[in-house]
Amino acid sequence: MGITQTLLRSRAVEALTSPHGVDRYLELVNPMWAAKEVRARIVDIHREVDVPGHPPVATITLQPTSSWQGHRAGQHVQLGVEVHGARRTTRVFSVSSHEAGSGEPFTITLRANPDGVVSRFLVEEAQPGTIVHLSQAEGDFTLPAQVPDHVVFISGGSGITPLMSMLRTLQRRTHRGRVTFVHYAQSPEHQIFAEELADVARSGYGVEVHLLHPELGDPALSPAWLERLVPGYRDVPTWACGPAPLIDAVRKAYADPGTEDLSEALNLEYFKPPTVSNGSAEGEVSFRRAGTTAANSGATLLEQAEAAGLTPEFGCRMGICFSCTAVKTEGTVSNVLTGETSSLPDEEIRICVSAPQGDCSVEL
Amino acid sequence: MSDKITLSPEELEKFGDEMDAIRQRIVADLGEADATYIRNVVKAQRGFEVAGRALFYLPPAWPLAVASLSISKILDNMEIGHNVMHGQYDWMGDPGLNSRMYEWDTMAPSDNWKHGHNYIHHTYTNILGKDRDIGYGILRIDDDQPWHPYYLGNPLYAFLLMMFFEWGVALHDLEVENIVKGKRDWEDNKALAAGIRRKMKRQVLKDYVLFPALTGPLFPLTFAGNATANLVRNIWTFNIIFCGHFPAGVATFTQEEMENETKGLWYYRQLLGSANITGSKLFHVMSGNLSHQIEHHLFPDIPARRYPEIAGEVQEICERYGLQYNTGSLSKQLGSVAKKIFKMSLPPKGTKIPGLSVLTGGRTSTPAADAA
Repeated sequence: MGITQTLLRSRAVEALTSPHGVDRYLELVNPMWAAKEVRARIVDIHREVDVPGHPPVATITLQPTSSWQGHRAGQHVQLGVEVHGARRTTRVFSVSSHEAGSGEPFTITLRANPDGVVSRFLVEEAQPGTIVHLSQAEGDFTLPAQVPDHVVFISGGSGITPLMSMLRTLQRRTHRGRVTFVHYAQSPEHQIFAEELADVARSGYGVEVHLLHPELGDPALSPAWLERLVPGYRDVPTWACGPAPLIDAVRKAYADPGTEDLSEALNLEYFKPPTVSNGSAEGEVSFRRAGTTAANSGATLLEQAEAAGLTPEFGCRMGICFSCTAVKTEGTVSNVLTGETSSLPDEEIRICVSAPQGDCSVEL
Repeated sequence: MSDKITLSPEELEKFGDEMDAIRQRIVADLGEADATYIRNVVKAQRGFEVAGRALFYLPPAWPLAVASLSISKILDNMEIGHNVMHGQYDWMGDPGLNSRMYEWDTMAPSDNWKHGHNYIHHTYTNILGKDRDIGYGILRIDDDQPWHPYYLGNPLYAFLLMMFFEWGVALHDLEVENIVKGKRDWEDNKALAAGIRRKMKRQVLKDYVLFPALTGPLFPLTFAGNATANLVRNIWTFNIIFCGHFPAGVATFTQEEMENETKGLWYYRQLLGSANITGSKLFHVMSGNLSHQIEHHLFPDIPARRYPEIAGEVQEICERYGLQYNTGSLSKQLGSVAKKIFKMSLPPKGTKIPGLSVLTGGRTSTPAADAA
């Protein structure tokens, strides 16, 4: 941290710039000057995959402000852009480049989701020079400092990005152990990072790359197939990221056949919270501010509120950004990510990952 | 006193629908122009602020420094602070312009103010006993507020409130008048008071210690300059705000008549409970467009820069329904407010004042006068 940064973050400067804070002044001079907030300038947009009739995938290189504290392999970042009439929308993207320190450039790789305002803007409209808003890197889906001798990476579709960051990091750390890299894609032409993965497969020391296309007849993920690939795979440290069906298959494969307990060697990252299908979709949900009540459908409170015609604030829709935080006045909710339940009255909850169990009221 | 409501329930519903239609039209149209506008106002405010702080290093430029800082503080309080904290720009998704996060350059902590203003004042506008902004718990501003000898000081209290307005606004949230009445406990105020002290400490440290100290030997001049800028802002905001609700002809309401209030009636009350001030474009910006208090009360969460553009339409609707649209020049509205403050300091005709008979030679008011 340079002397300027230290000075800008000092209590004296904070007192002088109270109540707005120094960043509110710096940004008016240069959007790339910041003491606490993080922003980035897009420096490059590179199309990874562009299959006609399918949403394209691009890698975007970002030069962050010096306030960016760097990231560990596997982490994600909240990225906000102002599109369509100046409304800022924030979504979460995994970092695809190798681990790096504060202020250093990094990349995200994303598919232009047809319904996604942010991803479509980034892939199809943004130009180098565009300024975006960032959080610090977040998430515990990361490589440990001491990487085990053998690791398994399993990904599907664009879930490859955090694992690519891990693979690239291992290569830079000159990891001498064994890496089993399994990736599922629609077809070879949809393969992200195809060339780099081919290079790694050819020359990478100890890296086995398995690119599978079940729609073209390749085997789907199953305990038997995994066992043949990596004998005793349940005890091998594994990182898996991908769409819900893949994660479900991974969960099944890593559950102990006897006790159903998930292997402790497994690390999972979801794209979206899994849909809840527990039998507790009973009772009523009341949205107190709106004065409406609806039968509990078992979906998250955010989805139920939207279904009831409300427009609550939301951000990431996956429990990360806290934009959707609302007060639950009574009732029990379960966290759809962890299954944890909570019944405290007047509790702040993230409605995007909280599903009511029975009667529930929220201040919405 | 439901004879105050001149419209039938059907008319009220139609009136409400017309207001809703304006609202929906503007909300659907919000976008780039509104965002650019508020960002430019912020830029201007920060510019005036930095210029003001810097000009204190040049003693001959002292008046210019004060003017610059005063403009900065007025913009920060009104067109930016007040309006941003109403949530007028929340749709932008910019944390710097978000009602939940914005903090303004004045003594009142934003959280307290939002509760007292956005919730209490804007929901219960001009309902006696509910809207604590009627006279701010200090002044008698309405016939229906019972007179008390205390109110003989009405003009003096108003003058003091004007001079120390930012302090008054900050302390307003402690609801001291309700503690006096026994409706509220000091205990309820502990956390609130701590928050107010914290904010005041920061404001005082910045304006009266740090910035003056940074100008070294010019400390007294900078100190006086910052105090003057705060005073200018106090006087300006006090006057604009008092012209918004207290000129003659602005209606107040009772709690009974507002029970089970419909949307139409709510609009009706907001309309009759507010007054506008005419003026130039610059005047509107400097008043945070609260010169369009009527439009602001009808649509508190629509960006204030839109009020002038819909004012004509609102006025036309009022004419059609035969409703008063209270508007006038700054001098007219100020004169009207001042007159009211003086008038309300005196007892209504026929008030029995214990001991007054001695002064008036034994004559007392008649029962007939009491009934009036």
